[in-house]
Parts: sequence; C-alpha cells; structure tokens
Amino acid sequence: MTALVLIESEHGKIRQASRSALAAAAQFGDVDAIILGNEGIDAAAKLAGVRKILHVPALKSALAEPTAALLASLSSSYSHILSAASSMGKNILPRLAGLLDVQPISDVVKINDEATFVRPIYAGNALATVQSSDTVKVLTVRGSSFDPVAEEGGSASVEVLEAPAEDGKSSFLRLEQTESDRPELEVARVVISGGKGLKDESNFHSLLEPVADKLGAAIGASRAAVDSGFAPNEMQVGQTGKIVAPELYIAVGLSGAIQHLAGMKDSRVIVAVNLDPDAPIFKVADYGIVGDLFEVLPALEKAL
Amino acid sequence: MKVLVPVKRVVDYNIKPRVAADGSGVETQGVKMSMNPFDEIALEEALRLREKNQADEVIAVTIGPQVAQDVLRTAMAMGADRAILIRTDAEIEPRVVANLLKVIVERENPGIVSMGKQAIDDDMNATGQMLAAKLGWPQGTFASQVTVADSKVEVAREVDGGTEVLSLSLPAVITADLRLNEPRYATLPNIMKARKKPLETIEADSLGVDLTSHLKLVSVAEPPERTAGVIVETVEELVEKLKTEAKVI
Ligand SMILES: Cc1cc2nc3c(=O)[nH]c(=O)nc-3n(C[C@H](O)[C@H](O)[C@H](O)COP(=O)(O)OP(=O)(O)OC[C@H]3O[C@@H](n4cnc5c(N)ncnc54)[C@H](O)[C@@H]3O)c2cc1C
Repeated sequence: MTALVLIESEHGKIRQASRSALAAAAQFGDVDAIILGNEGIDAAAKLAGVRKILHVPALKSALAEPTAALLASLSSSYSHILSAASSMGKNILPRLAGLLDVQPISDVVKINDEATFVRPIYAGNALATVQSSDTVKVLTVRGSSFDPVAEEGGSASVEVLEAPAEDGKSSFLRLEQTESDRPELEVARVVISGGKGLKDESNFHSLLEPVADKLGAAIGASRAAVDSGFAPNEMQVGQTGKIVAPELYIAVGLSGAIQHLAGMKDSRVIVAVNLDPDAPIFKVADYGIVGDLFEVLPALEKAL
Repeated sequence: MKVLVPVKRVVDYNIKPRVAADGSGVETQGVKMSMNPFDEIALEEALRLREKNQADEVIAVTIGPQVAQDVLRTAMAMGADRAILIRTDAEIEPRVVANLLKVIVERENPGIVSMGKQAIDDDMNATGQMLAAKLGWPQGTFASQVTVADSKVEVAREVDGGTEVLSLSLPAVITADLRLNEPRYATLPNIMKARKKPLETIEADSLGVDLTSHLKLVSVAEPPERTAGVIVETVEELVEKLKTEAKVI
C-alpha cells in the first residue's frame, strides 16, 4: 500500500501538523508527499520517511477546485490520501472525496488498521471507531495525536507536476495574516488562553502577554473572547477553533464550555484561573486558583 | 435567485452527550434536539440576502425521519419560504447526504447553497465540499463574510493563518463559520405563520440514490476522563507545583 500526503509549509519549513500526517501515513506503507507552490520544497525533500515529493508550482493559492481535481487524477496510485486536519486539509480533502464518491474520515486520532480508524465526535465527548469500505481512503489527521516525522534524514526525489487548467470559477483575492513572533498555537509547548473574563481587548494584551513572554507561550482565546473582539479568530481554541495539546495549558477567565474543552482537554497539565469555584474548567484542571485574574496574572508574572 | 439551505437536526449544543451503555452510539432518546448551530447561521445569511433583494426565495431542506421536520418548521419560523423533508429512517452518511442534496439542487436550481461548515454531532466538516465537488461548483468554506455582487460572491474564509478572501462565480456552495452572523430568534407570531408555509415530503429512496454507507460505525466509547486536580491558594504555590510536581516549567 502507498499513501499520498498533502503537506503544507510555513516560512520555508514543513508544518508540524503535516509531519504528523506523514507519520500517520507511514502506518500504511510507502509514503509520497505533495506540496503546492514554491515554498518549502528543499525542506520537503529532507523529510524522514518520504519516498517521493510531488511538487506543484502552479497551485500556490491552494484553491480547493484545481487541487482536489489534481489529487483525484493521482488517486488510482494510492490506497490512502491524507492531510493534516488544518483549514487547508479540511477544505480540499472532502472535495476530493466528493469527486471520488468516497466517504472522507475527518480528524483521525488513531489508526487501528488500514481501514479502521478512531475519531472524536460530539466535540470530543465520544470517540467513534469507524471502518471504511472505500478503495481509496481519504483522511485528515489530528496533529496532536501522532508524533511528527523528523525534519531531516530523508532524501526524497522531487517530481514537478503540471496543474490542471483552472476553470475560472474560483479565484484567490488575498490573505489577511496576523503576524506574530509567538510560537504557533498548535505546536507551542505552553499555551495561555483568555476568555470573556478579561473584559476588553487591552486587558487581553496587557495581562496575558507578559506571562506568555516569560513562559515562551502561545496565546489562545475562547470563542466569547474572539466574538467580543479581544483576539483574532485564528486564536480560538475549541471544537471549531484550533485543537491544542501542549505540555501546559493555562486557562484564564474562561468558563470551560464543552466546545472549548474539545480543543484543549488533551493537554498534559491544565491550570485554571477563575473567580467562580463552580466553573466547569476546574473539572479538568490539574491546578486551579479561585481568584480574580486581575490580581493573579500580575502576581504570576512576578513569580515566574 | 433561490438560496437552498440544508439543515440538520442534532442533539442541542447545550446538552452534554452521553455514550450509550452498549457502545452503539450516543444517546438521543429523550434528549433535546435542535437545528445544528452552524446551519442556523447559514440560514440567517440566506435570509439576509433575501432582505437585501439579492435572493428571492429561501428553501430549507433536511434529510431524516419524520420528526426531522421540526427543524424545517424552525427554519420557516426564522423566515425560510418553504421546506423539503427528504424522509428516511436509515442512518445516512455525509457522502450520501451530498448525493441526495445534488438531486434537490438539480431540481431547484439555486444560485447559492448556504450550509453549516460542520454538524456538531459527527463533526465531519465535509458535506458542503462534497456537494460542491459533485455539482462542479466552486466552494467558499468556513465563511466569515459573504458579499454578493454581479453574479459573483466574495467569501472571506477563516483559515489557520488568518482570513483568506476568494471570489467565486455563481452558482456556488458556501459553508458558514460561527462569526458569519448572529442568527435571529423565531418569534411566536412567526412560529404560528410557519405552520402554514409549504413543507414537501419526498421519500429518500425515490430519488435514485444509493443510501448505503461506505463508512461503518463499529463502536462508540467515552474518551478517557480527566479528573479534577487540586485548588491552590497562592500563585507562589502554583509556580512551585508546576516546577517540582508537574515539572512543566
Ligand atoms: C456550535 C458552537 C461551537 C462553539 N465552538 C467554540 C470553540 O471552538 N471554542 C470556544 O471557546 N467556544 C466555542 N463555543 C462557545 C462556547 O459554548 C462558550 O460560549 C464560550 O466558550 C464561552 O467563552 P468564555 O468561557 O470566555 O465566556 P464565559 O462562559 O462567559 O466565561 C467567562 C468566565 O470568566 C470568569 N471570570 C469573569 N471575571 C473574572 C475575573 N475577574 N477573574 C477570573 N475569572 C473571571 C467567569 O467566572 C466565567 O467563568 C461554541 C458554541 C457553539 C454553539
């Protein structure tokens, strides 16, 4: 069996979530990777355990329509087609599945055998074991559940592929990015997340950032914090935001709604700071402080 | 232009789901059911297009057993003009849902299919993309802003690195993310009025679509339970424990 993995680069490196998808794919047999645009090609060729890199310079905007069409044209050579459960993977792979009339399997956290997978349902309140009868299996995998393959150690051949002609129905206009020097949320060792309890955007920054700086932490947010304009949407952690599993997760002024827990409850150590002793976040926290975050955060910054 | 809005009846998002003792699934008997929250947002967006005179009819469609008509009544109480129930008692996977919706799209010829990006029960996040693929239409997934002008639609999408903006020709499939809008509530008079709006029932097995699943549910289990830890009194105590006990800092 041979698997094909759609991988993504960032700042010339291959994203950790993509390297986790490659590790998952290795459980099926040989692994080829496909990369779009012109960034990260050298890094891709060095990845451990990859047989061949398919490089598609033309598809740098990763539009779903031509990318899914290209993957469909390659699908007869593969038993499994995977990607990270990233916004790109979740956009393209189900479209590929639609073209092939197969049932895609999203957010895989465990591979039992070549056709049997475990995935969370109901915001992670249940784990479903599912078995696919499709000849080509289309999966997105959750990065935090598979140890990524090493960045170096391989020497894959690189083959350049032409992209299918675009049909003009979809075009990329722009990407509005939020630049940040902080570690990426999904791969940070420490995450500190703020909720509605921070009251406004300026508190969100002035109270969380000094603690995050001391810990080298990424900053996350609850949906209520994002909706209230304290933080941009890509900082949202939860069922519909990012899924994180850092060594240490510090939840400040957020209640711990099930949709939020869905995105962080696999963290190794959870700390909660909340005024309300009955807040659900304390049910999953290893260490809790019942107190006012406006006092606790400055004190924490000093104590670190 | 018509807008078609597929909606799903799911366990209400405020209910903590319970895994059935025999591991066959999640308990739905006697549990409060509602319209999938993302579908409410997709419907709201369709209603706003109609209110801006960019759409002239909003049609809600659901696939499921007879009781699934509840969410169609809700959709019409919110403002959908009419509704279609594709009736089946079978468990239908998203791939089959997309195949059934394709038949309805071909019959109704909407300019936009506006749907939720995922259902909060199976969390699959796939039906919209599959439907777009099967129709050969462009897709704007995880939409946080939708602007229709000159037979095109501009869609701002929530992506990992920020917001991506695409331009799609119509017809197109759009899947709604949480921040697209805040859905209205159905008022009592509108709930009454919705009872008189047309609801058509079509048997799923009359549409020429194979309803069998390619993905079999083997079992459902509880995730490993996290146990509550300790409450510490001071920040110093916390830092001490993180250093010596948890060894994370
Ligand atoms: C379909 C759907 C998907 C969703 N997806 C997500 C998701 O991905 N991620 C997500 O986070 N949410 C999600 N939500 C929303 C979720 O249900 C909650 O509404 C949200 O998480 C609440 O955010 P919060 O905890 O910041 O706010 P609240 O629930 O309002 O909590 C604020 C907390 O701050 C505490 N507090 C207030 N002042 C202080 C103080 N001075 N010091 C200390 N503590 C204080 C309060 O005691 C309270 O516990 C989703 C909802 C739906 C319907």
